[in-house]
Amino acid sequence: MRQGVSALNGSKIVVENLTKAYYRKNRSVTALENISLRVEEGEFVCLIGPSGCGKTTLLRILAGLEKPSAGSFSITRSDPNRPLQSMIFQEKGIIPWMTVWENVAFGLEMRRLPKKLIRERTAYYLEKVGLARFAGMYPKELSGGMKQRVGIARAFANDPEILLMDEPFAALDEQNKFILQEELLSIWEEDRKTVLFITHSIDEALMLSDRIVLMSAHPGKIAGERRVTAARPRSMEQIRSDPQTAALFVDIWQHLKQEVHNAKSANGKGVDG
Amino acid sequence: MVIPLKAPESGHHPSPMEIEKMEWKRQERWRRQEQLLTIASPILILALWEFLSRTALIDPRFFPPPTSIIRTFWELAASGVLFVHVGVSLTRILGGFLLGTIPGIILGLLMGMYRPLKAFFSPLLMALMPIPTLALMPLILIVFGIGELSKWVTIAGSVFFPVVINTAAGVANIDRAYLDVAKNYGANFRQFFLRIALPGAMPVMLEGVQMGQAIALLTIVAAEMIGANQGIGYLIWSSYKVFNFNPMYVGLILIAFFGFAFSLLLRWLGTKLVPWQ
Repeated sequence: MRQGVSALNGSKIVVENLTKAYYRKNRSVTALENISLRVEEGEFVCLIGPSGCGKTTLLRILAGLEKPSAGSFSITRSDPNRPLQSMIFQEKGIIPWMTVWENVAFGLEMRRLPKKLIRERTAYYLEKVGLARFAGMYPKELSGGMKQRVGIARAFANDPEILLMDEPFAALDEQNKFILQEELLSIWEEDRKTVLFITHSIDEALMLSDRIVLMSAHPGKIAGERRVTAARPRSMEQIRSDPQTAALFVDIWQHLKQEVHNAKSANGKGVDG
Repeated sequence: MVIPLKAPESGHHPSPMEIEKMEWKRQERWRRQEQLLTIASPILILALWEFLSRTALIDPRFFPPPTSIIRTFWELAASGVLFVHVGVSLTRILGGFLLGTIPGIILGLLMGMYRPLKAFFSPLLMALMPIPTLALMPLILIVFGIGELSKWVTIAGSVFFPVVINTAAGVANIDRAYLDVAKNYGANFRQFFLRIALPGAMPVMLEGVQMGQAIALLTIVAAEMIGANQGIGYLIWSSYKVFNFNPMYVGLILIAFFGFAFSLLLRWLGTKLVPWQ
């Protein structure tokens, strides 16, 4: 939105004055208030904020899993045969009664694409995430990191207009998280789809995104944004040793720290995520 | 330097792996003894029964010695009578079981997927469930006649309830995250039913089927005692009525055997239908 004229027409995702409230008899909550956001074609944007800032709610609305109370959003379609969006879920997004192969092929099968195409694309992305050998296994036999690779392969195989990612690495140990972040970036580099990625980790946001959107809580609002200009392809080592990103880290942290304090003093009890 | 608490008897120090191996062997030995114990209890009871019956310490007319029961078993088997009774009962169990399970699964899935259906049917099911189908036997005989159908309906009536309730619970217990996945990736009704609801409910549903199987067996025996002239239940009841206890025990053994066999069969079926657990 602070992008000048070119952004006004060409944006891939446009969110306008979006508000989401939850009505309960005794305790109503405004999870999101007047959110406006634009994401450009091919941009990797991280939404970061303390828990309770409604970032997951925003993503779920874009994913068609919830309806906004007011306001609107649009995702620009470039190809009528493509699905608008595919989501990479948190740890429980892999369906336990489907094999790794069936999980990755799921979106394609739901769209009733030709069998041959499903086979090719599933095999391609299984290979990409290094799970070709595990195609016949059930998720219970996989580690947390492998499960998230399945989720990544499923979303990329579906070839949507945009990708939505809801803290996909939050449950992983740090080493696995680093590895998966790099893998995600290398798959993403292939066709640079527009991504909206939710995280509460500043490091993760710095590693992955072109732009970081900061959110504040109670109610969830957009509180600012930062550009990450580090060159791609990126590696963890490079991001860590770059003084510019280090300064950015401190800057974002100070901002978020203030937000968390504010939330605490407001005795905010809101929806999580 | 570490001073050992007890000086080694010989010069040989066992390596850590050897110590663990000895420990493992000890546990293996203990496990084998446990297995022996589980076999020992039935053998012991049968031997005691045989002894008490042969020495007439218990009345051998009512408690004939196990060896004579086995002889009766062979006689009945050799004459073919046994197989007729078994065949009739198994057909009834299978027919009644399917007649109760299939509608139970379908209604259970629908109730799990549609809240209004659940709200509508729940009170009805809760009210009807506690009524023993056997108590309805007279009505069932009037409506469905004295033939095989009335037996099927009796079994179906008692199998239906645990299946429908467990299936509905199975669907309701599917993690919301999987519903989100299905919705996000655009599953339509049919795909949702077949790929999410049915397999997701399967484990809890199978518990209901397992329960239904046990109830089916109980019901068939009782039903055959009331209105039948063939079947295992009839064999038990007719022998008892003429104080001929040996065939009665044969019938009891058959029931025990089939109960055991069916639950093994269903458990095996479970591992085939739920390979992901």
